[in-house]
Amino acid sequence: METTLDKAQRSENMHYLPLTEEDKRKMLEEIGVSSFEDLLKGIPAALRDPELRIGEALSEFDIQNLMKTLGKKNKSAADVLSFLGGGSYEHFIPTAVGEIMRRNEFYTAYTPYQPEAAQGSLQVIFEYQSLITELTGLDVTNASHYDGSTSLAEAAVLALRQTDRTKILVSRAVHPHYRQVLKTYFHETPYKVVEFGFGEDKTFDRADFESKIADDTAGAIFQTPNFFGVLEDLEGVSDKLHTNGSLLLLTANPMSMGSLRSPGEWGADVAAGEGQPLGVPLQYGGPYLGYFSVSRALMRRIPGRLAGMTQDSQGRRAYCLTLQAREQHIRRERAASNICTNQALCALAACVYMTLLGKEGIQEVAELNMDRAAYLRRLVADVPGFEVRKDQPIFNEFVVKSKVPFKMIEEKLIEKNILPGIDLSQFYPELKNEFLVCATETKTREQLENFVKELGKC
Amino acid sequence: MLISQDSRLSFEKSRSGRRGASLPQGRYEKSKVLERIPEKFRRKRPIVFPEMTEPEAVRHFVQLSKKNFSIDTHFYPLGSCSMKYNPKINEWVAALDGFAKVHPLQPAETVQGMLQVFHELEHSLKELTGMKRFTLQPAAGAHGELTGMMLVHAYHHHLKQNKRRKVLVPDSSHGTNPASAALFGYHVVEIKSNSRGRVDLKALKEHLDDETACLMLTNPNTLGLFEEEILEITKAVHEKGALLYYDGANFNALMGVARPGDMGFDIVHLNLHKTFSTPHGGGGPGSGPVGVSERLVPFLPGPLVEKDDMGYRFQPVGDLSIGRVKSFHGNVGMLVRAYVYIRTLGLEGLKKVSEDAILNANYMKEKLKKIFPVAVDEPCMHEFVLTLKNAKAQGIHSGDVGKRLLDYGYHAPTVHFPLVVEEALMIEPTESESKETLDSFIEALEKIAVEVAKDPEKVQNAPHTMPITRPDEVLAARKPILSYRDLMREKILLAEGAPF
Repeated sequence: METTLDKAQRSENMHYLPLTEEDKRKMLEEIGVSSFEDLLKGIPAALRDPELRIGEALSEFDIQNLMKTLGKKNKSAADVLSFLGGGSYEHFIPTAVGEIMRRNEFYTAYTPYQPEAAQGSLQVIFEYQSLITELTGLDVTNASHYDGSTSLAEAAVLALRQTDRTKILVSRAVHPHYRQVLKTYFHETPYKVVEFGFGEDKTFDRADFESKIADDTAGAIFQTPNFFGVLEDLEGVSDKLHTNGSLLLLTANPMSMGSLRSPGEWGADVAAGEGQPLGVPLQYGGPYLGYFSVSRALMRRIPGRLAGMTQDSQGRRAYCLTLQAREQHIRRERAASNICTNQALCALAACVYMTLLGKEGIQEVAELNMDRAAYLRRLVADVPGFEVRKDQPIFNEFVVKSKVPFKMIEEKLIEKNILPGIDLSQFYPELKNEFLVCATETKTREQLENFVKELGKC
Repeated sequence: MLISQDSRLSFEKSRSGRRGASLPQGRYEKSKVLERIPEKFRRKRPIVFPEMTEPEAVRHFVQLSKKNFSIDTHFYPLGSCSMKYNPKINEWVAALDGFAKVHPLQPAETVQGMLQVFHELEHSLKELTGMKRFTLQPAAGAHGELTGMMLVHAYHHHLKQNKRRKVLVPDSSHGTNPASAALFGYHVVEIKSNSRGRVDLKALKEHLDDETACLMLTNPNTLGLFEEEILEITKAVHEKGALLYYDGANFNALMGVARPGDMGFDIVHLNLHKTFSTPHGGGGPGSGPVGVSERLVPFLPGPLVEKDDMGYRFQPVGDLSIGRVKSFHGNVGMLVRAYVYIRTLGLEGLKKVSEDAILNANYMKEKLKKIFPVAVDEPCMHEFVLTLKNAKAQGIHSGDVGKRLLDYGYHAPTVHFPLVVEEALMIEPTESESKETLDSFIEALEKIAVEVAKDPEKVQNAPHTMPITRPDEVLAARKPILSYRDLMREKILLAEGAPF
């Protein structure tokens, strides 16, 4: 016997499923089978009806409550004062960015393979490419990759293919996760990833780098500001590499490019990195977007999607995906990359963010970040028991060395609703009691002063 | 006019001195900030960004959005893409502060709700697929495939089976399969399908040897057909010491129906943006978790989430792990949405999803085969393929029919794929669509069939009602204009006299 309660519960489960019992009966009749099971005759009986331990449906109201409860078990930047950076940054995002991202026509659209029905998405990608090209100072930008780490790995693949060589050099001051992904990509392949070190000042060791350049060097990867927040002096690096027939691959915080020297100005051949600072929320690490720009010479080697401007059959301006001969659905095993998505919605967020900030705003936000981080660094320098290097140029984060173990500081400050920074010893065992502190434009001077006061009590 | 004909870029609407955002505490001493930065670190090259007010920018982007088809406005019968409804509760949850404003390197004790979602999502995916463990890191299906190929490689390498350099794929496979295998240096061999559109077991056995690393398979396959000999296939592959990879693009047919793990697959990727309702976003972000059988668990990327008396924590993985495939923890926002979807539907709901998807596809196939022949006329799973080879006499290709459908208010099906079917039209209705919608679509295709016979030019030149007619893709590739900077450089605006 079916009770009223059962019925009520069932209807809750069905609010995404339009077929009524009457529809199903008619459809089966039309198909010419007596039961639905007749359609599944091809599936071996041994495989049918697996027993699954998955819970019952919840009503939307119950889901809201459940997820609010789970959400509250996470300390968010709305609850705590967070000084975490390290590749994922808390920034102010204009409300209009979220509003545009939630346009149904954008977020529920498919990949623009039918350009006539996707001019909106295509023009957005084109504008995104245009904006990133401006920032990186290179010539061609693709529609985006999964994130900074995979974008950089694709840059390494490009360098290996372009030079037909086997070795990639990478600075140890590059984000540890990015270096791990690089190693994963090339593990047990004919290619080698060789690291060069950094000095006591946490900038790359020039002598070590130069000693490792060889005939088989396809390219070298640097990060600036590097993982420790320090701006790398890359003067002469591209010349050194180019003379050797190798490429310079740079990963840099795109927000910094609003005011700081761009990859193009450093002579980079490829700029590839994390686009999250440009209007994408923290989201516990993803989805983000990997930006990817190359010099014109490498245009036909660029992996991933590209939107181009053309004309329609009536001579009107139109946008379409282009240079697709490089892509997997056409070339199958001969494709430049296996990737068939970009992070279109995150690229939309970045596009809207950059458009709203505009020419002045993109410079200002970079300078605001430098202002806050420099101020915080000055304050920390005066706290007994903590050491910073005051003389180095930084963007929005820097390293602090403490007398007491970082874990103790973290525990004490979490009680005060402060997340003080990132423990560097988890990535660099030799950096004991050192942590990475980030201050973006979201922090007021008062908040920074309060943080330092609490730090002084540790 | 409902849809703006304006195709100007934001850059072309810019007016010097306008701005669209106010920054927090915008007052600082610029000169002081810059004096700390030595000259050589400063940017010299000017930035050409648009200058617009917020209302101008909002109108610009909203008008662009109206030039798009989307699930919330149109039916997308795209084969192998599972263009189902994207529930609104998913978006609401993902935007909660507790999920949207959490930093990926926070201590585990401050993200217990997040880790619980990971743990329980993994449990559900394991149950649905019959796999032992999942990594949630891969960012998309193709990324999952690449991860899978690395697992295959690491497994054979560990067993010192280094001569296994061959990956087999059916000729009907998704293009990403051979591309992923080749990216990892594998030699790709295509296996011919039999006359019923399935893997030819005999041909497969002929190619299987001690140099075979893996067979990549989609089941149901891209013709929408279940591989009836799947148990014989997996047995034959395993007997030769090779592994089986399951491409989860078509998993929407199988929830609660059958499990890849029970079939004998060793590695499975799922597309959360297909089967588990997370939005396609105009081409991403997706999410492609990878599950493995017991013997491959030690090779998974890490860390993995474990639960003990103290709560949830990250467990580092051992030396056999292939290593990290992405920074941080994957496309978490998509994981949260998929979790909400599974909790919303529950086991019975998920089963109904697959059943309705299968019923919708069979109904459409039965009706449409009276218009265009179906590639293999047997009961299908969640999708099927029509062939338009008979329209070729009129000079019509399947792509033309797809474009004409746009005029009738439907997104084109997947066209010219799978490659094994001449002039293919691959249709996947999903469970989200009502019988009324399917009937109207069928009617539209009937009308187009008449046009093909009587007025083929109308179909060849379609679409006629979109913001643009067909773009010149040859011109786009021959003379690439990929940014505003390119546009300025080429100065083609004037040369073309394009309207603005």
